Amino acid sequence: MLGKLDWSAIPFDQPIPLIAGAVVLVAILAVLIWVIVKGHLPYLWHEWITSVDHKRIGVMYILLASVMLLRGGSDAIMMRIQQAIAYQSQGYLPPEHYNQIFSAHGTIMIFFVAMPFVIGLMNLVVPLQLGVRDVAFPTLNSVGFWLTATGALLVNLSLVIGEFARTGWLAFPPLSELSYSPGVGVDYYAWSLQISGVGTLVAGINLVTTVLKLRTKGMNYLRMPMFCWTTLASNLLIVAAFPILTATLAMLLLDRYLGFHFFTNEAGGNVMMFMNLIWAWGHPEVYILVLPAFGIFSEVVSTFSGKALFGYRSMVLATMAICVISFMVWLHHFFTMGAGPDVNAIFGIASMIIAVPTGVKIYNWLFTMYGGRIRFATPMLWAVGFMVTFIIGGLTGVLVAVPPADFMLHNSMFLVAHFHNVIIGGVLFGAFAGFEYWFPKAFGFRLDERWGKLAFWFTFTGFYITFVPLYAAGMLGMTRRLQHYDVAEWRPWMVVAALGMAVLTIGVICQIMQLVVSIRNREALRDRTGDPWDGRSLEWATSSPPPVFNFAFYPDVRGEDAYWDMKSHAQQQSFEHEVPEYHDIEMPRNSPTGFICAFFASIMGFALIWHIWWMVILGGIGAFATFVVFAWRDHDEYIIPADEVARIDRINLEERRSLVSMAGAI
Amino acid sequence: MSMTATVGHAHADPHHIGIVIEHPGPAPKRIVTAYGFWVFLLSDIVMFSCFFAAYAVLVSQTADGPKGSEIFEPHNVAIETVCLLLSSFTCGMAGIAADVRNRFWFYLGMAVTCVLGLIFLAIEFREFADLVARGYGPSRSAFLTAFFSLVGCHGLHVSAGVLWLLTMMAQVFAKGFRADVLRRMMCFALFWHALDIIWVGVFSVVYLLGGGA
Ligand code: HEM
Ligand SMILES: [Cu+2]
Repeated sequence: MLGKLDWSAIPFDQPIPLIAGAVVLVAILAVLIWVIVKGHLPYLWHEWITSVDHKRIGVMYILLASVMLLRGGSDAIMMRIQQAIAYQSQGYLPPEHYNQIFSAHGTIMIFFVAMPFVIGLMNLVVPLQLGVRDVAFPTLNSVGFWLTATGALLVNLSLVIGEFARTGWLAFPPLSELSYSPGVGVDYYAWSLQISGVGTLVAGINLVTTVLKLRTKGMNYLRMPMFCWTTLASNLLIVAAFPILTATLAMLLLDRYLGFHFFTNEAGGNVMMFMNLIWAWGHPEVYILVLPAFGIFSEVVSTFSGKALFGYRSMVLATMAICVISFMVWLHHFFTMGAGPDVNAIFGIASMIIAVPTGVKIYNWLFTMYGGRIRFATPMLWAVGFMVTFIIGGLTGVLVAVPPADFMLHNSMFLVAHFHNVIIGGVLFGAFAGFEYWFPKAFGFRLDERWGKLAFWFTFTGFYITFVPLYAAGMLGMTRRLQHYDVAEWRPWMVVAALGMAVLTIGVICQIMQLVVSIRNREALRDRTGDPWDGRSLEWATSSPPPVFNFAFYPDVRGEDAYWDMKSHAQQQSFEHEVPEYHDIEMPRNSPTGFICAFFASIMGFALIWHIWWMVILGGIGAFATFVVFAWRDHDEYIIPADEVARIDRINLEERRSLVSMAGAI
Repeated sequence: MSMTATVGHAHADPHHIGIVIEHPGPAPKRIVTAYGFWVFLLSDIVMFSCFFAAYAVLVSQTADGPKGSEIFEPHNVAIETVCLLLSSFTCGMAGIAADVRNRFWFYLGMAVTCVLGLIFLAIEFREFADLVARGYGPSRSAFLTAFFSLVGCHGLHVSAGVLWLLTMMAQVFAKGFRADVLRRMMCFALFWHALDIIWVGVFSVVYLLGGGA
C-alpha cells in the first residue's frame, strides 16, 4: 500500500534533522495560521499563487532562492564546524549524515538557490527592458516556477522522511547505483531534479522566445540592453543543456528502478558515459548561472558610472562566444580519468580559450568605469567586489584547466575553493547586485543603504577568510568531502575557515536586517519617480512597481540606452505635452494551472521515490487532467479599459515631468 | 545632457541613415507560439540525441547476449516505418483541413493518423513483449538497455502524441476552429512530424546499421 514507506523512514535516532524539521514545520504552520487568521489567504491566492504576471513570478522565484539560501547556508555552517573540530576525532556529525549534508548543500545551492535567483531576476526584468507587457507564455511561466518549488519541497522533505543522497551533488555511478545506494536518497535527488528540471526548461523556452520574438518597436538586436543578451545566451544554454540532464537522470533512474545497465559495472554498462553526459550538461550549467550575472554587472557598472557600456558590440560577441565555447570543454572535469594526453591537451586549450572573452568583459567594465562619474551605491559595491573576486577565481580556474596541475589539484580543497570563488564571487554577488538594483523597481521603495553596505563588507571579507584557507589546505593535499582527518597542518586552516563562515553569517544577518529596516521605513525610502538610480534602460521608464501591463504604449526605441535617450530628449523639449490616445489593453488572466500541476507533481514525485505505484498513477492522471482543463478554458484574457490605462499612466507621467523639471533646475 | 550629445546621437543613429531595418515590435501570437514550440522540439531532439549517443556507446556491449542482427525483424520495421510516414501525411492533410475549416476532412485525417499511430505502437509493443518473453529484456545486456530505451522513448512520445491527438479532436468537436485551437493544432502537427524525423534516425541507426552488422 505505501511501497517502501514505513516508520523506519523517520530518523527518530538522529536529533539534528528531526529538530531542524520540527522547527521548519512549526514555522510553516505558524505562517499558515497567521495568513489564514489575518484573512490574507484570498489575497495570496489571487495576487500571487495564481498570478501569471512575470514580475510577480520573478519575485516568487527570488523568494524561493532566498529561503533555500538559508537552508544551504545552514548546511555549509554545519560542514565548516565539523571540519574545524574533526581533527583526530569523529566530530559531531556521523559520517552518514555528513555525506548527506554535502550532497544536499551542493544540490540545493546550484539548483534551488543560484538557478531560481537568476531566473527570477530575468523574469522580473527582461520584459521590462524589452519594453513589452509580459513573457511569451505567461501561464507556462507559472508552471515552471511551481515545478521548481516542487523540487525544492521534495529535497527538504528528505530531511525528515527518509534520507538524501550520499553521493555528492552529481550522483556519480556506480556509487549512485542501487547496489551501492539502496536507500531512497538518490531517488529523492533524481526525482526532485527531474521535476524542477522540467520547470527550468520551460523557463528557458519562455525567455528565449521572449527575447527573440517580443521586443518593442525599434528594439533591434544591437539595441538590446546587455542583460537581455546574457539572458538570451543563458537560456539558449538551458534549452540545449537541460535535456541532457533529463536524459542522464532518466538513465540513472532506469538503472535503479528497472535493472537497466547504462552505468552499472555489470553487463556492459559504462560509467564514463555518465561522466561525459553529466558534464556535457554541467559545464554549460556554470555559464547558465554566470552569464546573467555578467549582464547584471554590465547594467550596474554603466548606470553607476553614468556612461554607456564601453565596447557594447564586443560585449555581445564575447557573450555569444562563451555561449558556444562552453559546450566544447566538458572533458576538463575528468582529466585524471584516463582519456590520454592528446585529448587532455585539446580540452585544456579549449578551456583556456574561454578566458579570452571573459577577459574582454572585464576590460570593458573597467573602461566603462574609467572617466565616469562613479557612485558607490550598494549594487556598485557588489559589482566591484565581484571584479576583484572573479579575477582570482578565473585565474585559479585557468590553473586547474592545465592537465598536469589538475592531476595534483583534482578533488582537492583547492578545487572547492576555486568553484566557490567563481560561484559566490560571480553568481551570488551578481544576484545580490541585481537584487539591490531592481528592488525599488519591484516594490517601489529603495533598500536601506547603510545595512546594504555593511552586508557587502561582511560578506566580502567573510568570503575571503572562509575560502583562501581552502586554497592553502588544498595545496597541502587535503581532499574534498572529508568527514574527519589526521593531518595536523590542515587543522589551522579549517579553524580559520570556520571563523570566516561566522563573518559570512553576519553578512547574511545584515542582509536580513536591511530588508526588515527598509520595509519598516518604506515611506521614507519610497521612490515615486520609478527611476531611482538615473537608469539607462526601459525598465526605468515605467512606474515602480510597474502596472500589470508594464507600459501604456510600446515605447519607441531609437538607439542603445533607450531610456537615457528619452530622458535627454525630454530635457531639451521639456517633455511633449500632447495628450496621448490610450487604447484597451488585453492581459492574460490568472490561472491556478501552475499550482495545481505542481501539487500533482509533488504527489507523483513522492510516490515514485517510495514506490507507491497507485499514487503515481493518480498523480499522473491529475496532472494530465489539469492540462486538459486548462486547454478547455474559453477566456484566457481580460481587458483593461483605455480609461483605466490613461488614469494609471497619467500618474506616472506627472511624476516623470516633475523629475525632469527638477533635473533641469539643477 | 549637453546639446552635443543629442546632436551626436542623431548622427550616430542608424535610423536616420536608413541602413538598419527597424524592428516592428512584438510578433503576433501565432508566430510566438510556433516559435516557442520549435524551441521545445529542438530541446527534445537534444534529449533524444543523448539516447542515440548511449546506443552508439553501448551497441557492442552485448554481454554474451544477442546482437542486433539476431533480434531485429526487418519486415516489422518496414511496416512500422510505412505507418509512421503515412501518418505524417494524413496529419498534414488534417492540418490543411483545419486551415480551411473543413470538419469532415479534419476528423478523417486525424482519425487515420490515430489508427496508423496505434498500429505502429501495437507492432512495437509486440516486438518488445516478444523479446522480453525470450529472455532478451532490457536488463539482459547494456546493448539491450540502450535499444529498449531509445526505441521505447520514441514509442512513449508517440503514445503521448496519440493522447494529444484525441484531445485535439475533442477540442475541435467542442469549440470549433477557434484561433487558439488552431494554434494548438499547428503545434501538434509540428510534434507529429518531428517524431517522424526522429523515427528516421532510429530506423537508420538502430535497425539498418544494427541489422546489417
Ligand atoms: C556561503 C558560504 C559557503 C560555504 C561556507 C560552503 C562550504 C562548502 C563546503 C564545506 C563544501 C564541501 C566540500 C567538501 O565536501 O569537502 C561545499 C561543497 C559545495 N558547495 Fe558550498 N559553501 C558555500 C556556498 C555555496 C554556494 C553559494 C554554492 C552554489 C551556488 C555552493 C556550491 C557547492 C557545491 C556544488 C559543492 C559540492 C558538493 C559536493 O561535494 O558534492 N556552495 N561547500
Ligand atoms: Cu567545466
